[in-house]
Amino acid sequence: MNTRIKKLRNQSLTAVTKLSPERAILLTEFYKKDIANQVSSRQLSGPVKRAMTFKYILENKKNCINENELIVGERGPAPKETPTYPEVSLHSIQDLDILDTRPKVWFRVDNETKEIYEKEIIPFWKGKSQRDKIFAQLPDEWKAAYEAGIFTEFQEQRAPGHTVAGKKIFQKGMLDLKKEIQESIAKHKSSNDSKALAKIEELKAMDIAANAIIVCAERHADELNILADHEKDENRKAELIEMARICRKVPANAPETFHEMLQHYWFIHLGVITEVNPWDSFNPGRLDQHLYPFYKQEIENGSLTKEKATELLQAFWIKFNNHPSPPKMGVTALESNTYTDFSLINLGGLKEDGSDAVNELTYILLDVIEEMRILQPGSMVQISKKNPDSFVQRAIKISKSGFGQPSFFNTEAIVKELINQGKTITDARNGGASGCVETGAFGTESYILTGYFNLNKILEITLHNGTDPRTDKKIGIKTGDPRSFKNIDELLEAYKKQVNYFANIKLKGNNIIEKLYAEQLPVPFLSLIIEDCISNGVDYNAGGARYNTSYVQGVGLGSITDNLASIKYNVFDHKNITMDELLKATEANFEGYDQLRHDLIYETPKYGNDDDYVDMHAVDVFNIFYDAINNKPTYRGGKLRINMLPTTSHVYFGSVINATPDGRKAFEPLSEGISPFQGADKKGPTAVLKSAAKIDHIKTGGTLLNQKFSPSFFKDDQSITKLSHLVRSYFKMDGHHIQFNVVNAKTLRDAQKHPEKHTDLIVRVAGYSDYFNDLGEDLQNEIIRRTEHESI
Amino acid sequence: MEGIIFDIKHFAVHDGPGIRQTIFFKGCPLNCWWCHNPESQAANPEKFVKINKLDGKEFRKKITVGYKIAVNELFKIISGDQVFFEESGGGVTFSGGEPLMQADFLYEIAKLCKQNNIHTCIDTTGYASEKTIKKITEVIDVFLYDIKLIDNELHKKYTGAPVTGIIRNLKCLDQNKKNVVLRFPVIPGITNTEKNLSEIKSFIKSLKNINQIDILPYHNISNGKYERFKKENKMSSAQALPDKDMNILKAEFESIGFNVSIGG
Repeated sequence: MNTRIKKLRNQSLTAVTKLSPERAILLTEFYKKDIANQVSSRQLSGPVKRAMTFKYILENKKNCINENELIVGERGPAPKETPTYPEVSLHSIQDLDILDTRPKVWFRVDNETKEIYEKEIIPFWKGKSQRDKIFAQLPDEWKAAYEAGIFTEFQEQRAPGHTVAGKKIFQKGMLDLKKEIQESIAKHKSSNDSKALAKIEELKAMDIAANAIIVCAERHADELNILADHEKDENRKAELIEMARICRKVPANAPETFHEMLQHYWFIHLGVITEVNPWDSFNPGRLDQHLYPFYKQEIENGSLTKEKATELLQAFWIKFNNHPSPPKMGVTALESNTYTDFSLINLGGLKEDGSDAVNELTYILLDVIEEMRILQPGSMVQISKKNPDSFVQRAIKISKSGFGQPSFFNTEAIVKELINQGKTITDARNGGASGCVETGAFGTESYILTGYFNLNKILEITLHNGTDPRTDKKIGIKTGDPRSFKNIDELLEAYKKQVNYFANIKLKGNNIIEKLYAEQLPVPFLSLIIEDCISNGVDYNAGGARYNTSYVQGVGLGSITDNLASIKYNVFDHKNITMDELLKATEANFEGYDQLRHDLIYETPKYGNDDDYVDMHAVDVFNIFYDAINNKPTYRGGKLRINMLPTTSHVYFGSVINATPDGRKAFEPLSEGISPFQGADKKGPTAVLKSAAKIDHIKTGGTLLNQKFSPSFFKDDQSITKLSHLVRSYFKMDGHHIQFNVVNAKTLRDAQKHPEKHTDLIVRVAGYSDYFNDLGEDLQNEIIRRTEHESI
Repeated sequence: MEGIIFDIKHFAVHDGPGIRQTIFFKGCPLNCWWCHNPESQAANPEKFVKINKLDGKEFRKKITVGYKIAVNELFKIISGDQVFFEESGGGVTFSGGEPLMQADFLYEIAKLCKQNNIHTCIDTTGYASEKTIKKITEVIDVFLYDIKLIDNELHKKYTGAPVTGIIRNLKCLDQNKKNVVLRFPVIPGITNTEKNLSEIKSFIKSLKNINQIDILPYHNISNGKYERFKKENKMSSAQALPDKDMNILKAEFESIGFNVSIGG
């Protein structure tokens, strides 16, 4: 990387993460002064008001142009200064103190900000934030399950997002979209649709949002021109003039050059993450596909070199890293341990005509990923059977360096999953995975994650006949005393009833929350981007997208499989122990049951060893969970689906569960994704892949498999070829995703002792990579344990 | 038919082409001083005490190394990894111990693999009758064939068996144009003496069809195993050869027309 990029990268890495009150101030100002109604004599509609708020923020926020940068635009006043979204969720002073002082993943909050919060922000927004409204409406049974740790809720602090840019926005400018809006308004004006008026209001809001982002770009252009006037260096002056030209052109008009396209996307990205705080940030998706036509044309006509393209991409990468995930609150503020905002760049895969999509730019992007070595954006490779082996091997060589990127996805599985959910083949092939591993039709789907689902906690409640043993509260239903069960099937039957019971509670909550967002927090800007919100005249949050999916994420498949197998093996089949004794031992956290705990860990079959005796229960649990959720209707007119990923919730979910029949002690983490419990897989990676492939991945919207390797597996080209075969074999079995974690335990232990020496140490956590130093100690220990295990 | 094996390694990447599954047969007619699998030497299952640690406490557990397994049962395990074999051009490798000590069982399981298009390798000392070797060639695709010491007396001293039959069998495989990869364990002070190296080079030069050799660096990872299984370790103080010396050795074998890889 050249000096400019080095400096920008360093600026990004060393910038102090701060909480910026700027957006909250502008937002509050807008509502307090009732600016919306000053410009109109009649009461404005909700969507129009939201669009005007968005415009007000973009018209008045401080612009930031960093020294020597090539792509401009920051969400806050400076890199890593992160705004808040009080209309979605309101920080209390205590939250701000926690964020400021917590030892990891902090956000510095200055006294001025605290004062503004105390005097202006909190008094105005208290009771009005989405979060307050959500908790006011959710029923008690929902709250009881939520507090017990049966499930989490995504939309209580962040707005629904979970979507990715499709090819439309790389081919159109805002002026094109404004034309489409006018056509749609005309269409709806002449229709008999009873909702036509509401649709026209929504479309007007989208039009204002389009104007807002154009204004934002023009403000940057003005500032770039001023900087150019004062610039003494002729080269930089020329750059600034060119950048100003680009900002006057995009995003108003469709981009026509490589540089224009990156800047165009970046303004749209800023728009999406400024409008609200949508989950999983936002993401350009199939970047090598979108960029390639521009690259090819310009390389051919000589207006771009490979070096310049690389520099622009590196500058683009840094922009992502400047934007940490918005600060959390409440319990989440205490526990949330990542700055990552889950932008996942997709490379490779298939073109929409079904042919191999890997191109020259794909390899350049892989070089950029390897050289930049930063947290954000995350990157993944989609591997189709049509992609060349050299592509797969190049990607594996990067994961060898141990920072967990890129991760590996099965294009054929993604396409099949999307088609199974009813997408067209073209939309499916234009799709990919985002966030951690979530399948989506890019540019056409709203695929909202609604919460993690604690499969193991429900087993614990089943084993206590509906009662949570931690609190003695009856939060489930009575499904019988497990001591009376004669075989594992009776236990599974009871478990199924409990899962259905809690799933229904969760889904009822989802409907309440989706309705609140649909009615009260429209996102006209995001609606411009995702098809077919404009032609439908319906907001993204209200079901305007072509496809609307809501997900519930199952957590701890490995652990629950081990728990069921342990009960079957030890209680029913081998009668090593009675159910009563086993329950007593778990309630005693194995105090005084050392030998039993040893036998449960060392002498009991475990998931991840290609042993059908155990793995059949993974399939049982998967099917129970799938049947409880899949295909249920949602408020937005879409369908519910499942996926199997934990992010870091396997740690939280473990912390609410006592000791378990697999020998795990109370409050320790559960297994993550569909990976085996840490240390349970004794037969190596082929056996893990075979176990993991026994569930039907195609029925999900993504599964996560984490596989540790010691660096020796990557020692030469021959080894890397074998790893590529391993990945391809898993994908042949319809595996959705696999990621490599390549580090040795010694390094990690040293990092724990001397964090200062390992500030750049990035490890794969679960579906994403993070700085090892930023992880909580328990998660650090867990990763060390995993790593020790694989290096034996 | 049943055989006795003591381990199965999945995702074996150093025992032949592609991703392999390695089946470790129990029993070996040799007892090389540097043996990495001392628990493989006795033909019958042996009892050991295994110590598992949990929260700083030790749990002693009697375990048996080696178990009987039927051909069909073993085949089921092998063929379970077929998806990996097909993708990678891999297959099964029979190792040990010495698989040829259970020649009939080996023949049956290898035959079943071949009938199902699974590639077969054997990792062998070559210590067997000529008849056994000839028969097994019907069902084995690749021989990973140890060549340790040429001097018969030294061979007897360090491995407990003469080298004459081993050399005869190797020549037989060579004449029959079998796919053979030689494996030379570089044991400090034992096999990498000037004399032995020159004898080995002159012998393998005389082979007509074999031109591949893996040179295997000695490493003392097995010291713990000798302790655990309470076997006499004659090599406890031996040190591994530096990489630099392995590379010199590699060049020497290359200079006589062999393809050489370090570590196999």
